[in-house]
Formats: sequence, structure tokens, C-alpha cells
Amino acid sequence: MLRQIEGSRAVAETVALCRPEVVCAYPISPQTHIIEAVGVMVKSGELAPCEFINVESEFAAMSVAIGASAAGARAYTATSSQGLLFMMEAVYNAAGLGLPIVMTLANRAIGAPINIWNDHSDAMAVRDAGWIQLFAETNQEAADLHVQAFRLAEELSVPVMVCMDGFILTHAVEGVDMLDQSTVDAFLPPYEPRQVLDPDSPVSIGAMVGPEAFEEVRYLAHLRQLDALDRIPVIAAAFEEATGRRSGGLLSTYRTDDAETIVVALGSVLGTIKDAVDIRREAGERIGVVGITSFRPFPFQAVRDVLCGARQVVVIEKAFSIGFGGVLATDLSLALHGTDCTLRSVVAGLGGRSITRLALEDLFATAARGQLEALTFLDLDHGVVERERERMMATRRSGPSAENILRDLKAPRRVGAKEKS
Amino acid sequence: MFQVRIHGRGGQGVVTAAEMLSVAAFAEGRHAQAFPSFGSERTGAPVVSYCRIDDREIRTREPVMVPDCVIIQDVTLINQVDLFSGLAPDGYVLVNTSRSFDELGIGDLFNQFHHDHLLTCPATELALEHVGRPLPNAALLGGFAALTHQVTIGAIDTAIRERFLGVVGERNAAAAAEAYKIVMQEEETADAATN
Repeated sequence: MLRQIEGSRAVAETVALCRPEVVCAYPISPQTHIIEAVGVMVKSGELAPCEFINVESEFAAMSVAIGASAAGARAYTATSSQGLLFMMEAVYNAAGLGLPIVMTLANRAIGAPINIWNDHSDAMAVRDAGWIQLFAETNQEAADLHVQAFRLAEELSVPVMVCMDGFILTHAVEGVDMLDQSTVDAFLPPYEPRQVLDPDSPVSIGAMVGPEAFEEVRYLAHLRQLDALDRIPVIAAAFEEATGRRSGGLLSTYRTDDAETIVVALGSVLGTIKDAVDIRREAGERIGVVGITSFRPFPFQAVRDVLCGARQVVVIEKAFSIGFGGVLATDLSLALHGTDCTLRSVVAGLGGRSITRLALEDLFATAARGQLEALTFLDLDHGVVERERERMMATRRSGPSAENILRDLKAPRRVGAKEKS
Repeated sequence: MFQVRIHGRGGQGVVTAAEMLSVAAFAEGRHAQAFPSFGSERTGAPVVSYCRIDDREIRTREPVMVPDCVIIQDVTLINQVDLFSGLAPDGYVLVNTSRSFDELGIGDLFNQFHHDHLLTCPATELALEHVGRPLPNAALLGGFAALTHQVTIGAIDTAIRERFLGVVGERNAAAAAEAYKIVMQEEETADAATN
């Protein structure tokens, strides 16, 4: 049923339809609304049987999810940013043990400086942990991906992280076509664990593995992720058959057929990008969009197939590897190796900075003129950066940069000085 | 697309107002997107929320930069926040006050806009009278329906009762209905003065 609903609420209700048996989470913005809503459903009996376990930290949340999953329960949790980092050791363990936990990551920047707003630094920090990472473009897709995530996770015994932009999606109220219980039940079979801690049939899970077998265990995990590249489109197709709705898959395309320039991005910014692309199309530019839904496993072949006809690929991403550059751009450069396609990396929207349609139109115009540099930081205030560099040059005890910059932004500027406000 | 920006303070239901407006538009078969300005919410701090209404899917995720309507829930923000940023000359403004624009010290601003697009609504008084608490958001939505005709008062009524159940919904809906009447009358007066 189509409802006007907050993104967090849509995800919480959809997760409940997936019949998780154990939910454990620790509150952190902007994830909190999701877990609060699930908690209320458990308390009211609407979601039953399910145990909602209050924990003292995110490390405990993921550890409880691991224990529950190993005991044969369908386990769910959610987190953001510093919360994800705090559970990092357990995040690796969940993947290493092959436990099909599903976790919502309401994407948020990582401090310091502390920042509660959206970017993708948190997801990127755990991209090598062995979790499947799926990115939602809309709240509809965020809700739908959770149902697909449980099926994918349990088929392959791999944990799945559904990434949705914090605040931008979690706190947005928009139309979401909510699934019903019978549709979800038909799509998602009961959890049949591959391994289970059972006192009547004791096994060890998580024993020490030395050099004689560690590489093989890791390689098996890699193979399971490669299997996911086959299973993700199959599950998305089954979902479409069951619901009539196209959601998920490895990637999505928009006006790419004859595109000379293709813009690639993850998550909700794809909506604004599509609006900007429509305007550039009206002006005669052959430009299209590719959204990467499955970031891990990375769909090299599918990406290459869709991008190889383009002359230029512009990657817009809300994270970067400091001292290196764009993360998604690096993956794409490998996918495009050997083609004539020029790759341009744009870092944007860090710590919640708005990515506006006008800024994107300017960016695409610059790209069309062939003037986009290899690595660009969208809307970066170079003046502020330069002045802090000067302060650092002028004196040894220049103090904390973040606070200096905040002070600088509040200071009155000389009239006529060429600065951005 | 019709874009609304709502200014108020933490605790005045600014975010709820945008959400209820989106529900009202949705109830009339339109696409709507409501979202808050994101930050650490504190009671009394300036808060902004947004609502977009369109006849087709709304894809953009940028904040509302060029509002078609600004709703001001708290007039004490006038000298604190750039309330009219991006507003077009034919844009709508609805201010929660029982005073005139001159009394509020924004008479000059009033002259820059269409007079029948800039109206006031004593929403706090209406809320106190009907609900018993100074929460002007529901009443202002009634005023918004009268001012912009983007949604009907019937849809606003539905949205309010969906959000606030029972007697609280009843009373907020009554405040919205009265605000609707007041703003409709103001509009007629302004139209008569213009013609």
C-alpha cells in the first residue's frame, strides 16, 4: 500500500515484515528513528516472536547479533558513523564467521571534527570487511533492499549492509509502497542456518585458524561475494516478479544509451543528478547516469559493459581516501582499464554539505568542455583553506585547524575580497 | 513543483508541520517530500523544515533554495535568520502573528511582494484557544491552504487527524479550520484593495 511515510519508519516496518528474531542496537543519529520504531513494534507485540535486546554499546550490538545469528536466529541491527567504527572488530567477525546478519547503515560522516551529517565515510571505512554493501537511492529502494538483503545474506551466509543516506533519506517523508506480510513471507523463506550453535549437537565456531588454512577461508569468503554478483540480479528479478517493482540489482542506468558522458554515484544524490542531467539533455548534451547499488561486491563487468561506450565518466562520491582520492573512482578506474574512457573524480557533499542541482549543472558543463580536473572537490572554499595554511606557516602554535576555520568563517571579510560566503 | 520552507523554533512542531503538509498533498494524489533541516535539534533554537509538492515524482534531494512559500511560525526570528532568502517577488509568505507587518518592522518588505500573497494568521492564539498549548503548526497549515490553494482544507484536516489522534486531532483540526477562514477573509480584503 502506498503511504506517505518517514524513511526510517518505512525501513523499520519492512524489517519487521522480514520477521527478525533478535534485534539489538544502540542509538546513534541518524539511525535512531529506525531502531526506536522496531523497538516499539516488539514491545507492542506487533513484531513477534522477536527479542529486542538493549545493549550498552555498538560493539555489544554487533556481538549480540553474532551470537544470535550463530544460535540460528535471524538477526538485525542498525548503526551510523562512529557507531560503526566502535563495532568494527565485530563487523569483521560477523563476515569472517559467515553469519547472515542484516544491518542498516544510516550513512553519516566520521569525526573528528565531530559531524552528525551525511556522507559515505562510514560505509567506505568497512568496505573491506567482507560485508555485502547495497546503496539505496530512495526510501522505496531502502525498504525493498532490506527484504532482498535478508534473502541474499541467508542464501550465501554473508552479512549484508543496506546503506541509506542519513537524514536525507532516513528523515525524509515521502511516498513508499509498503509491502504486505504475505508478499514478504512468500519471497523470504525461513532462515535455515548453515551452521548453528546447538547444545545437543556441539560445534565450535570461530576457532583459531593458522597459516595452514587462513588464506583458504578468506578466499572462500571472496568466492561467496563473487557468487553474490550472480545472485543479486536474480533476487532483484524475483522481487520484481513478486512485487511488480524494480529495486536493487547490481546497478541502475538512466539515459545512458547514447551517452558520451556518464555520471556515476552511490545513494540518494542520484535523484538530484538525474534532474541536472535532464536539464543538460535539454541543452543537447548526451549525458546519462549510472547508480551503483552493489558497492561490495563490486560489479566490475556490469560497470564496464555500461560505461565502456562513454568518452568520459564523472564519478561523484561523498567520501575520499585522504592522501589518495576518490574510493569509488578508484574501483571504476580498474573497471575501465584498457578503455579510452576518461575518468574524472569529484568529491562532494562531505559532512552534509548540500549538493545542489545548479552546482551539478555547472560541473557537467565544465566536464563537457573537457575542463574537469582529474580530482575535484565540489564547492570547496579555497580561500578558507589558504588562510589556514597561511596561519600554519606564520606560527608554530597555530592551534586547532577546525576551530580556526570556524572562526575565520564568522570573521567579517574585506569588501571586494574574492571569497565565497 | 511548489516548494515550501517553514521557519520556527525547536519545540514548535516545525518538522511535524512539513510532514503533515506532505501527508495532505499525498492524500490528494500528489507527490510530496518533507524533510527537516538537519542538525542537532534543541528546544528554542531556529529550525527549518521543507515540503515539496508536485504532480510527478520528486527526485531532488537538495534543500529548498527557491521557495514558493515561506511560513514563519515565530516572528522573533525576523532579525535572526534570513527568512526570505530565495523567495520570488510573487512568492507567498504566511506569518504567525496577530500584529501587522508595520508593527513587526517589516512593512518595507511587505511592499516588495504581492499584497495578497503576504498574509498573517494569529496561529498561536488559535492554538491556545482550541488546543490549549501554544503550538501554531496545525493552524498555520489551515492558513497555508487558504493562502496558496495548493492543498484543500479537507486534506489538511485529514493530515492533522492522522497525526494527532482523538481529541487532540479534533482540536488542532478546529484551529486549522478557523485559521483557514481568517486567511480566506484577509485574502478577499487584500484582493478588494488591489482591484
